[in-house]
Amino acid sequence: MSFSWAKPYEPKHPLARWLDERLPLPRLVYGAIGGGYPVPRNLNYFWNFGVLAGIFLTIQIVTGIVLAMHYYATADGAFNSVNQLIMRDVNAGWLLRYAHMNGASFFFIVTYIHIFRGLYYGSYKAPRELVWMLGLVIYLLMMATAFMGYVLPWGQMSYWGAQVITGFFSAFPVIGEPIRVWLLGGYAPDQAALTRFFSLHYLLPFVIAGVVILHIWSLHIPGSGNPTGVDVKDEKDTLPFHPYYTAKDGWFAAGFLLVYALVTFYVPNYLGHPDNYIPANALATPAHIVPEWYFWPFYAILRSCTFNLFWIDAKLWGVLAMFGSILLLFFLPWLDKSPVRSGNYRPMFKRFFWLLVIDVIILGYVGGAPIVWWRTALGQIAAAYYFLHFLVILPLVSAFETTDPLPNSISESVLSGDAREAPVAVAG
Amino acid sequence: MATTKASAGVTEETTGDGVHKDIRRRDFLNVAAVSFAGVGTVAVLAPLVIQMSPSADVLALSTTEVDISKVQPGQGIKTQWRKQPVFVRNLTAKEIQEANAVSMSDLRDPETLAQRTKPGHANWLITLGVCTHLGCVPLGIGEGENKGPYGGYFCPCHGSMYDTAARIRQGPAPKNLAVPEYKFTSPTTVQIG
Repeated sequence: MSFSWAKPYEPKHPLARWLDERLPLPRLVYGAIGGGYPVPRNLNYFWNFGVLAGIFLTIQIVTGIVLAMHYYATADGAFNSVNQLIMRDVNAGWLLRYAHMNGASFFFIVTYIHIFRGLYYGSYKAPRELVWMLGLVIYLLMMATAFMGYVLPWGQMSYWGAQVITGFFSAFPVIGEPIRVWLLGGYAPDQAALTRFFSLHYLLPFVIAGVVILHIWSLHIPGSGNPTGVDVKDEKDTLPFHPYYTAKDGWFAAGFLLVYALVTFYVPNYLGHPDNYIPANALATPAHIVPEWYFWPFYAILRSCTFNLFWIDAKLWGVLAMFGSILLLFFLPWLDKSPVRSGNYRPMFKRFFWLLVIDVIILGYVGGAPIVWWRTALGQIAAAYYFLHFLVILPLVSAFETTDPLPNSISESVLSGDAREAPVAVAG
Repeated sequence: MATTKASAGVTEETTGDGVHKDIRRRDFLNVAAVSFAGVGTVAVLAPLVIQMSPSADVLALSTTEVDISKVQPGQGIKTQWRKQPVFVRNLTAKEIQEANAVSMSDLRDPETLAQRTKPGHANWLITLGVCTHLGCVPLGIGEGENKGPYGGYFCPCHGSMYDTAARIRQGPAPKNLAVPEYKFTSPTTVQIG
């Protein structure tokens, strides 16, 4: 698509030529993920996680459609349809359910690695700002889908998760509570909420698939980035996607899916919460209520706001900070102005990047653990640092940092390694 | 478009009665058509929006009768109103005294116990069992549950603590536990809602 040396699609078979003149779908696929898409030759294994995310989206859609054939979206029947019917009676139902349940966790694992890959290698920088922002849209849609999916088994965690998360809206003054009641279709989660969550949980993955197409489309205009962050200069810098990267993605996916299979078969409930095997009870909240692990860092930010500030109360601060922590990522391309993309050539940025990783892990730990005073304090420090990193440290680092010299080209860095870099930084 | 060609020839001159000549029949048709479509779109969207709101059968659950004859001082019961938990608590004299001893300036959401109960029934504290933070059910109504340091309720989700008048004292919740509308239909029966 993007480079002049990209191999054009040349159908050999008369039938393929006939089709190409009428509906050039094979041409589109060839140019997108076939021999017609030139990719930098120096990609490392962190570049495999985009394809893996696509694989997990597919797994979730396929297992989800099948589970929906056996699931009852009724407040009386949902719990038993999952835990009795699907887990015991439906042939291979246990496998499909566990695959779907853990598939969500693995989808988030690969997505988080994919996002942090982008943060380290500056994948959000020009000309790929829209790729980054569309990715964030996908991530937000994933969070909504995962939350609504978690409600469907109608266990205690499902029910109270729905109560707490729709409660976020009640933080907004005046309009908040009517919005919450409107979203739930009642004053507390019940049949109306369950049915609409089921409907949306079925819909949103297809919306995600649509935005994924936009995400890939906007990526393929400038072409994929690479670990040096240096632009592709000529044909020597690239390899055709097929067979080189289809093979590498395939082999890596096989290895990664093995880990997924190990968890699904041997410790299927490790990432879940035992309280969700208790049917929903509107009169008793579980003693320790937490969301699924992939929401823990945000949950920690929510809980860190324990004090009123200015005219805004603690509850609204918590909700604003939590949503703000994701929304600020949309501005990342303009917060980090350094012309050097890759963290490999940014000594100061690199250190702060790893601090951020540690910070998010601390937030995750605090968000998943019961509240005690020192954890609250730790969470507050970590939450403050999260915002400090993006709003203060990154702009300052990009202004004052002296970057290391960049290689002249991708092929040169591949052939001679870092030792023979160009003497002068070519900051583009 | 054909219309632009027609309008190009029209000048700004006005007719004798002051009506602009460059306002054409077609302009009226455009405005009318777009308005019609706009109103129609809103009319179509309305059912899509209001279908989400609580239906009549959900709203019909809005009154509940509770028999409180068996609740001794110091005890409480949990009941349901609009699918939400309601705490009905028979306060002891000591709890009432504790609630009245608190100065208003110490409260985040200042209300006296008298404002939160019915005249002549000062010992009956009836509140929603919904934490005003994010809607969990606080502990403290059942026998032996953790009442928190202020002797009222304690929310296990995010650590909000309420006193014996169910007023917020510490933690992230912004408001006191809500007092629903209710009336005593007899000395031992309460109608909530």
